[in-house]
Amino acid sequence: MIPALIVCVYLAVVVYIGVFAFRQAKGKEEVEEYFLASRSIGPFVFLMSLFGTNMTAFAILGSSGHAFNNGIVTYGLMASSSGLVIPLTIFLVGTRVWALGKRYGFITPVQLFRDRWECSHIGTVVFVVQAVLLVPYIIIGVMGGGTTLHTVSGGLVPFWLGGALVALVVMTYVFFGGMRGTALVNTFQTVLFLLFGSIAVVVIGYGMGGFSASAEALLGSPSAYLLTRERVSPHYFFSYTFIPLSAIAFPHITMFCLTARRLVQFRKTVVFYPLCIMAIWLPCVFLGVMANRATDIPQIQDKLEARKTLAVEGKNLGPEQQDELRARLDGDDVLLLLLQRYAPLWLAGLLGAGIMAAVMATDSQILALSTMFAEDVFTHYGHKERFGAHVQVQTGRAFVVALTLVAYAIAMNAPETIFSLAIQYAFTGFAALSPLLIAALFWRGSTKWGALVSTLWVAAGVGAVALFQAAVPAPPPGPPVVVARVLGFDLLARTAGGTAILGFLPVVPMVLISALLMVVVSWLTPRPSPQTISRYFE
Amino acid sequence: MKRSLLILAVLVVYVLHQDLGLWRTARPLVFGFLPIGLAYHAGFSVLAALLMWLLVSQAWPKHLERDVEPRNEDAP
Repeated sequence: MIPALIVCVYLAVVVYIGVFAFRQAKGKEEVEEYFLASRSIGPFVFLMSLFGTNMTAFAILGSSGHAFNNGIVTYGLMASSSGLVIPLTIFLVGTRVWALGKRYGFITPVQLFRDRWECSHIGTVVFVVQAVLLVPYIIIGVMGGGTTLHTVSGGLVPFWLGGALVALVVMTYVFFGGMRGTALVNTFQTVLFLLFGSIAVVVIGYGMGGFSASAEALLGSPSAYLLTRERVSPHYFFSYTFIPLSAIAFPHITMFCLTARRLVQFRKTVVFYPLCIMAIWLPCVFLGVMANRATDIPQIQDKLEARKTLAVEGKNLGPEQQDELRARLDGDDVLLLLLQRYAPLWLAGLLGAGIMAAVMATDSQILALSTMFAEDVFTHYGHKERFGAHVQVQTGRAFVVALTLVAYAIAMNAPETIFSLAIQYAFTGFAALSPLLIAALFWRGSTKWGALVSTLWVAAGVGAVALFQAAVPAPPPGPPVVVARVLGFDLLARTAGGTAILGFLPVVPMVLISALLMVVVSWLTPRPSPQTISRYFE
Repeated sequence: MKRSLLILAVLVVYVLHQDLGLWRTARPLVFGFLPIGLAYHAGFSVLAALLMWLLVSQAWPKHLERDVEPRNEDAP
């Protein structure tokens, strides 16, 4: 119960930060203050918050869970590739978005697209696609909150209450604090996790009898492959370098780039970003792999047995039995289980709070969606002129409440696996939307029709992959099920983890074709007026 | 010339991400516990930070801050 109480104290502090930000906002221009913190975020908060915004439940719980079942490859797949691509896109794209926002007053990426390509409804299409891809994150955040509180309280706090508590806290500080509150909370959360995460690694390592002994023991076991990448193809590994392109295309990240007070603040963020990723992901991945040695924890032993059964008897089992085994071996809770087993109660509580922090990174997405609704729909279609700026901000706040309630209702009634899958599609979808931003900022020849076709391609591509994976059940770990073969190549295959196109993840062809469509269609269609182009390129 | 060298540096680091030579081995265990494949990618993260330092020190888009002027009221 002590860890659950510490987490509750932490939640109270977070609410206070939101209310504090609300007080700070008094007397400032209402719209820019609520949605962008008056473009006045300082260097430390900018780095910690931008980084914290990307550290979702998926990053913390998902990374250790993925590493538990797939081994050290998780770090190369998701962390080191992100450490290169994300800061590079912040350096190239984020800085330019910041300058244009400062110059023309943009608050959302859709406003930039509408102005850059002289379009209206095409911007609305982009808004809809972005919103649909973003919603699963918010739902999975509520689910993560419920699971985390349930686990750290030893089952005393039921899932529905944990989810409700987290949803209420996030809703409160986003409602009151807007972007300033969200940025301050993210900073607090990131510092907390970095600080206590390092202590947890040492404590868990000590509890397991030392990492050297655990690593040697794992090497001598049938699970030694987890310390190599022998079960992952280089094509698959390469595909993952496309996924981090999604970061800059996520609306909450693009919008956060607009909050910096000065351009120089991007410098430290760009340089330290890879190191921050390493500081979080390396311990999570390593602990996730080492959890395979924690067989004295009954839940982990159960997962190992489920994995073994799936590998040995999977082919002879029906889809439902396979799904049941997959649910049992899901490793998203291994970090919490290690904490419960090896860390003292007070540290487990603090770490539980840190993990809760990551789960609550959905705040940025809730705020982003409400900002997009208030700016790209409410304001764009003339309602701000009719009702004024105050009503616009209140509309944004009402949207925060409505969105959180809907997310909570869905989270309590739908299986988590559906939304976990949806997040995979969201990464792919946003990565494939990145050519829009790049074309808008760097290519004067890009047109609204290129943007429209590219966006429709992304929507169709994500939908097709989702339908394909729903229609063809995942095989057990091992060789994929080849669905289409052309000229001796496996054109389309269903793998244990998803879909492969010519051996690559769908994100590779989706990004490349999205970029190609942007180029070809833009060549064939008229450019925006010279006046508009000159505002961006001269 | 400087720009080409920086682009080349980015491409080289991107290629270094595909460390096929360490694919099937866990040994040596760096510091006694870190499999070589994981240690390599931790080192890759440090290399990425160095690359970013090189980019911000050699190719920082100063003009963007200079270009920021009072808002154009015609824009949204």
